[in-house]
Amino acid sequence: MKKLLCLGIEGTAHTFGVGVVSSDGEILGEAKSSYIPPSGRGIHPREASQHHSRVAAKVLREALDKARVEPKDIDVIAFSQGPGLGPCLRTAATVARALAVYLDKPLVGVNHLVAHIEVGKLITGAEDPLILILSGGTTQLLGYEDGRYRVFGETLDITLANCIDVFAREVGIVDPESPWPGPAFDKVAEKGRNYIPLPYTVKGMDLQFSGLLTAALRKFREGGASLEDLCYSLQETGLAMVVEVAERGLAQTGKRELLLTGGFARNKRIREMLESMVRLHDATLHVVPPRYATDNGVMIAWTGVLAYESGLTLKVEESFVRPKWRVEEVEAPWVLNRRKTP
Amino acid sequence: MNLSPETRRLPNSFENPRLIYVGAEAEVYRARWYGLEVVVKHRIPKPYRVTELDREIRLRRTVREAKVLHHSKRNGVPAPTVYFLDLENSIIVMSYIRGVRVRDLLDKVSPEERLRICRLVGVYTARLHKAGIQHGDLTTSNMIRAEGGRIFLVDFGLSVFTSDVEDMAVDIILFKRALASTHYKLFQECFDAFLRGYASVSGEESLKNVLAKVEEVERRGRYVVRG
Repeated sequence: MKKLLCLGIEGTAHTFGVGVVSSDGEILGEAKSSYIPPSGRGIHPREASQHHSRVAAKVLREALDKARVEPKDIDVIAFSQGPGLGPCLRTAATVARALAVYLDKPLVGVNHLVAHIEVGKLITGAEDPLILILSGGTTQLLGYEDGRYRVFGETLDITLANCIDVFAREVGIVDPESPWPGPAFDKVAEKGRNYIPLPYTVKGMDLQFSGLLTAALRKFREGGASLEDLCYSLQETGLAMVVEVAERGLAQTGKRELLLTGGFARNKRIREMLESMVRLHDATLHVVPPRYATDNGVMIAWTGVLAYESGLTLKVEESFVRPKWRVEEVEAPWVLNRRKTP
Repeated sequence: MNLSPETRRLPNSFENPRLIYVGAEAEVYRARWYGLEVVVKHRIPKPYRVTELDREIRLRRTVREAKVLHHSKRNGVPAPTVYFLDLENSIIVMSYIRGVRVRDLLDKVSPEERLRICRLVGVYTARLHKAGIQHGDLTTSNMIRAEGGRIFLVDFGLSVFTSDVEDMAVDIILFKRALASTHYKLFQECFDAFLRGYASVSGEESLKNVLAKVEEVERRGRYVVRG
């Protein structure tokens, strides 16, 4: 069978990325560019989308050059249809539609979260994992069941990464080398020694972090506790909540693999805790490396291949973006199809 | 079951402990204790949490579970009797319910008995909800028909005090899912009997409200119900 080439375009939030992947899972080329918000601030959706339209042509060219393919050699165009920030999604979708119409190739709309999962499985070799996605916009525990990826547990308010980012910004922790305060926060937290009790909110399989954030900020403003101890306690509490829900998920589903992905997978402490937890259940932890755990075009291209092979294409005139697209709405017939033909 | 040295952490006061269940947060033993047949639920320390947090979580949940057990009985829902709390070790000692799990007998008993059981489960669920308690893990594995026919609800480890109708809906969804997956041929009659029992306590209006919520939560697609 002739190999297919899929070009994937990611643009749900701060990153505009393009990847070229073949139907046997070979990554031929990739490029990306990320919008960097002013120091000490979060993403502004409109500014991020303006960044994307500025860099789109350049990133596209770079990915194709690296892949050593001409636009006409591409068989399928995939794009991140959602969930994400509306203006960013629309920019990426516009680029994808233009390419599909110009090259006369089929268009595939990919769910960003499904793409995180599929590229994680491709890179780590995990087969039927429980999946933990921890990123700026997502805190979810998922698994494949009955034709789709299902959410077993998730945050009911803000995400874990958001909780830590906001706390870090409010208390003035800035990383001179990164627009995100995460790494600098980790360094401060590592110096903490004393655990200060903070709200720990797990409701069955669901989580809440806003109470934790508020309490940590209040303790900071009241004074008395050192910033190091506060960061340490915030990190220990928030991460333990996530690990507990993941543990419950493993016990309930009987799955033997845990896949960690999303930008927060970089956090050293979460990996340490999950490693310690999976050992209790004879399971294996797969951590997706940062290059593919953070937003990228390759994940969209690879999921585009899978969806296209299952016949899931979109008409250009029906390719609306879906900012609030839930992962359970997405049929994933390729999961079983691929398993049947090893 | 083979016990590694780490899992054998029960205090010596228990005679002949046998591990009967290992969950995500607790180990459950059957044992003899001062001449009584008991179930011992031990919330085990987690190596991945800092000690202070770990102790606090286990303590709080042990106390909460004991409280829920107590309130369930007070509100007319048969549940194990709490004999003793060892808060130092996060251990609950409770009565052992001799009987068969509803999961294992539902498709073996007579149709009349089946409907009686499902209706009673509905009555008990509604009594819990009326008392502001969500069971949290309402599956047929967590229901026991004791000798003499009484139905007991067990494992209140995920129970919470709540007045949120969505929490109540989740109980019903979990029960519905358990029926649909393991007793699919009997699903409709069992579920109908459950709802009739529920309504006899809650009233039709409350049942309608909670069923509307059930539909809303199911539409979100998080809970797979196999038909």
